[in-house]
Amino acid sequence: MKLNFIIRYTLLFIVLILLQAVIFNRIQFGGYVNPYVYLLFVLFLPVDVHGGILLFSAFFMGLVVDVFLDSPGMHAAATLCMAFARPAVIRLISVRSDFEPGTIPGIRNMGMTWIITYSMLLILVHHVVLFFLEIFRLDEFLSTIYRIFLSALFTLVFIILGFFIAGKSVDRG
Amino acid sequence: MRNLINFFIRFYFFFLFVLLFSVSLILISRTHQHQRTLFLHSGNLIVGSVYKQVDHIQSYLSLKRVNEQLTNENTWLLHQTMASFMQKDQNEMVYHDTLYIRRFKYINAGVINNSVMYRNNFLTLDKGSNDGVEKDMGVITAEGVVGIVHNVSGHFSTVISLLHKDVQISVRLQKSNHIGTLSWEGGDYRTAVMSYIPSHVELSHGDTIVTSGFSTIFPQGIFIGTIGDYEIRRGDNFFTASVELALDFNRIANVFVVIDLMRQEIQVLEASNNR
Repeated sequence: MKLNFIIRYTLLFIVLILLQAVIFNRIQFGGYVNPYVYLLFVLFLPVDVHGGILLFSAFFMGLVVDVFLDSPGMHAAATLCMAFARPAVIRLISVRSDFEPGTIPGIRNMGMTWIITYSMLLILVHHVVLFFLEIFRLDEFLSTIYRIFLSALFTLVFIILGFFIAGKSVDRG
Repeated sequence: MRNLINFFIRFYFFFLFVLLFSVSLILISRTHQHQRTLFLHSGNLIVGSVYKQVDHIQSYLSLKRVNEQLTNENTWLLHQTMASFMQKDQNEMVYHDTLYIRRFKYINAGVINNSVMYRNNFLTLDKGSNDGVEKDMGVITAEGVVGIVHNVSGHFSTVISLLHKDVQISVRLQKSNHIGTLSWEGGDYRTAVMSYIPSHVELSHGDTIVTSGFSTIFPQGIFIGTIGDYEIRRGDNFFTASVELALDFNRIANVFVVIDLMRQEIQVLEASNNR
């Protein structure tokens, strides 16, 4: 069970990194919008995952993406903030506060609205930190906000798509 | 003491977050000093070879355009060879054999990673220190300036794109030789900004901008783009003009790394001014 868990998430990790580096970093909608599908990894961890695992895996994920994108620390910091906000966001938007142990967020068990709210809030946290760390000043504030929302929307579309695909594969396996 | 430990255990989530966040901030600040850690950039061997594989596949898709580009380049070079000149005066012949010495050498390299959509963009090239690439060398194509070499490993190198907050290039108007500074202010990757053009200069739409050659990075006279709109910004004594870049940064496949053979001589000489 425990081993199965580790193997499954390691595979997911590698697949997402490759997807991000090989395909999604080369997609540029409208010149400078880039979807970050690797966030699916953090979103996809079980609801009651141990806090240490959550933070470390998010940090490591961001770091590997950083290496591919030549931006040491930025994605690590942004993904870390997102992981830090995750328990609070889950508590905030969930009606029933107790989940079965090991529940993995999915469209079937949580519902579409929950997944969209959950993903959007966390993607926004990630993007706000990332984009402001990237420019590191406030004088391009409005254009940055515009980029954040545009990019977040594209990321959301792909993340939801990812949830659909993951849901299918869970049904089969 | 025990209370303290209990306190840390209880709020471990928060403290772990703060710890890891500071680690990433340290990484970011080190980047800003342009001293990257050895392994955390895409010039390293593992990431570099992944990108190389991807590029190997991708390069097939752009063969037609690369061919076109090479044909253009060849035509341009053919224009300059002696074979395309006719000797006019047969009576007298001057043979310049010691008049020219070589100043610039070029290494051709393939682009294996590139971006245009961030505020700060980088490229990765498939040539490194083994091929003679060094930090701070210029990178150009036949269509214009690309950027400056930033980090070098054995087989790869990373380049700070012109599309980067910290890159400023000395350029001049071809028409009148007035110099200015070229930089990129974000947004559309096809337009950059030329600033510090004196206000008495007569500008017009479509004026050609080339490199000034006031550095040991780029040769002079490399075409960059043409002037679009221009204005004197409030509280300024200079023109600021938008420049439509000739080079499409989104489609760079092959580049030249510029080696300035006189670089050390010039730098030593200029350093002696500051003493």
